[in-house]
Amino acid sequence: MLGNPSMQANVKVKAEVETASTLALTSTSSLYRRRRVANVVMLGVTGLFTLLALLPLVWIIVYVLKAGGPYLNWSLFANLPAALGQPGGGVRNAIESTILVTALASLFSVPVGVLAAFYVARYGNTPLGTAVRFGTDVLSGVPSIVVGLFGYAMIVKPQGHYSALAGGVAIAIIMLPTIVRTTEEMLKLVPRTLREAALGLGAPEWKTSLDILLPAALSGVVTGIMLAIARGVGETAPLLFTVLGNDRFAIGQIVGGGIAGRQPLGQIADRLFEQPVDGLTLTMWKYAQQPAPERVQQAWAVALVLMVFVLGLNILARLVVSWRQKQTGRL
Amino acid sequence: MTSSSLTISPPTGLRGNLRRFGQILRHGDLPWTLVLVGMALLVLALMIALGWSVWRESAAARSAFGWSFIAPTASSAWDPVNDRFAAWPIITGTLTTALVAIALATPVSVFIAIFLAELCPAWLRSPLNFMVEMLAAIPSVVYGLWGIFVFLPVVVKPVGQFLGATLGFLPIFSGAIPASGISRLGAGLILTIMIIPTITAVSRDVLLAIPRAQREAALALGATYWEMISQVLVPYGLSGILGAVILGLGRALGETMAVTMVIGNNTVESSGSLLKPGATLASVIANEFAEAVTKLHTSALIELGLVLFGMTLLLNIGARLLVWRVSRTLVTEGR
Repeated sequence: MLGNPSMQANVKVKAEVETASTLALTSTSSLYRRRRVANVVMLGVTGLFTLLALLPLVWIIVYVLKAGGPYLNWSLFANLPAALGQPGGGVRNAIESTILVTALASLFSVPVGVLAAFYVARYGNTPLGTAVRFGTDVLSGVPSIVVGLFGYAMIVKPQGHYSALAGGVAIAIIMLPTIVRTTEEMLKLVPRTLREAALGLGAPEWKTSLDILLPAALSGVVTGIMLAIARGVGETAPLLFTVLGNDRFAIGQIVGGGIAGRQPLGQIADRLFEQPVDGLTLTMWKYAQQPAPERVQQAWAVALVLMVFVLGLNILARLVVSWRQKQTGRL
Repeated sequence: MTSSSLTISPPTGLRGNLRRFGQILRHGDLPWTLVLVGMALLVLALMIALGWSVWRESAAARSAFGWSFIAPTASSAWDPVNDRFAAWPIITGTLTTALVAIALATPVSVFIAIFLAELCPAWLRSPLNFMVEMLAAIPSVVYGLWGIFVFLPVVVKPVGQFLGATLGFLPIFSGAIPASGISRLGAGLILTIMIIPTITAVSRDVLLAIPRAQREAALALGATYWEMISQVLVPYGLSGILGAVILGLGRALGETMAVTMVIGNNTVESSGSLLKPGATLASVIANEFAEAVTKLHTSALIELGLVLFGMTLLLNIGARLLVWRVSRTLVTEGR
């Protein structure tokens, strides 16, 4: 084909025409092309990396659903753990413990966090306000294992025993920064005119805060608490040496048995709050390391429960926020 | 005016004081402010109490070993059997895994932040933001479980074998990766996934805070989109992005459960190879604390916590200052 002289000439002419037309633009053209290619390639890479980062998310969710789903049954929620190597049994002790510890943690952290957020939202620019905002930011970066050590040093060691109380305090510290920060953001979203109107009508500061600002920001505050609970429930490290673990913990038995046996209320409370308890995350950690396949299967089922709960709370919080944004947009 | 102010001139004596006190209580603002200040101070006090408690509880180990506890000497070893403790091998393990994570997560996160802040179509933005947040919301122990049974055998082991085969002449890739995949590399890779949300979220906010005029000026000068991003936006927000990376580093250093589950908690492995099991400060505490027999062991573990607390505290303060400064200058310039 190339032997054909007329064809060769044809090709040559075409090439010459092309060089002539590009010669006029020479360097700019090739540079421009390179820049355009770089542009497309790099922008593509940003999208690619985004997909890459979401891959583990999808992978984890799908795998946990697949691995934990088949072992999700009523016994898991209703029964105490079976002996190692025995099939069946559940993690009721861990579920009850997690509820107890999280309730205690919320009890400690919500009032402190919300009130501190009121302070920060109102006096954000004072030295103390800045210090508190900075302090909460830094507190959220303290490793959870150090918070666990704190709980051990402050409560477990002086008392001489592990307890739900110590776990509650440790988890409360984990929850606190989230509560302060979200509540502060939400309080700032409340229109200033509302506050000014209340103060202008002669309402004192506290009444304005509690009767006007808090209701206006309530959905946001609740969102913050939900996010904080989601974070607290998923924590393991602070529980390791504060609640320790307890295979036989059963709230119903303690309370029911206590009432039936006419124990004084203080004694029942002692058995609830002052003895080692367990936790869903703690159970997962222990079960994952055990050789019995039933235990590993249960660990996956617990992972599924935990993940559905945590992600569900996050999604719910998201929905509340977007619903709220629509509301304020309408205002 | 004058007459009325005369009638409520401040009462004196005990009864007057009581009445004034009653008035203050009825009005309620002073008690309210005091409660708020009290809660604010409590948050600060918690920070101080955290540091103080690990300092106090580690006293035994500090007096027994002094600075040699954290000294970078080759002979230092973590030896619970003979009650001799030096943290250096553990500190290096912590730094190695965290640096692997930072090296891998930084470019990925910054690119994601660019995509989220600059390129992403509006309808996709909030679902993607949400998904990145979800990555941070998954409990650490779930990462660990997935790490042991899925990530290590499926990803880490082949990657480790490949690295060992091709780059095995480098000291950091020497030796063969264990069959289970348990290794420093595994910890570093899982940390990478876990800190991507942190770096991404902060970098994205930094990019979003950059004034529009900067973008428009660059584009008007004929820059392509990528040139606008890489030569204008990234340098402009660089200190903020640096803050984001330091925050990510802080998180990588302190991450406990997932790392404990995949790193193997081997405190005697001394080759420093990424393909070998190792230990981090957090993983050693999590793994040994409940089983510590001697007082000195417990105290030494708490001193590890002190080292960890000190490291993350410094990093966090630095990072927050950077991010705060950037956002403040950006806001004032934006006006």
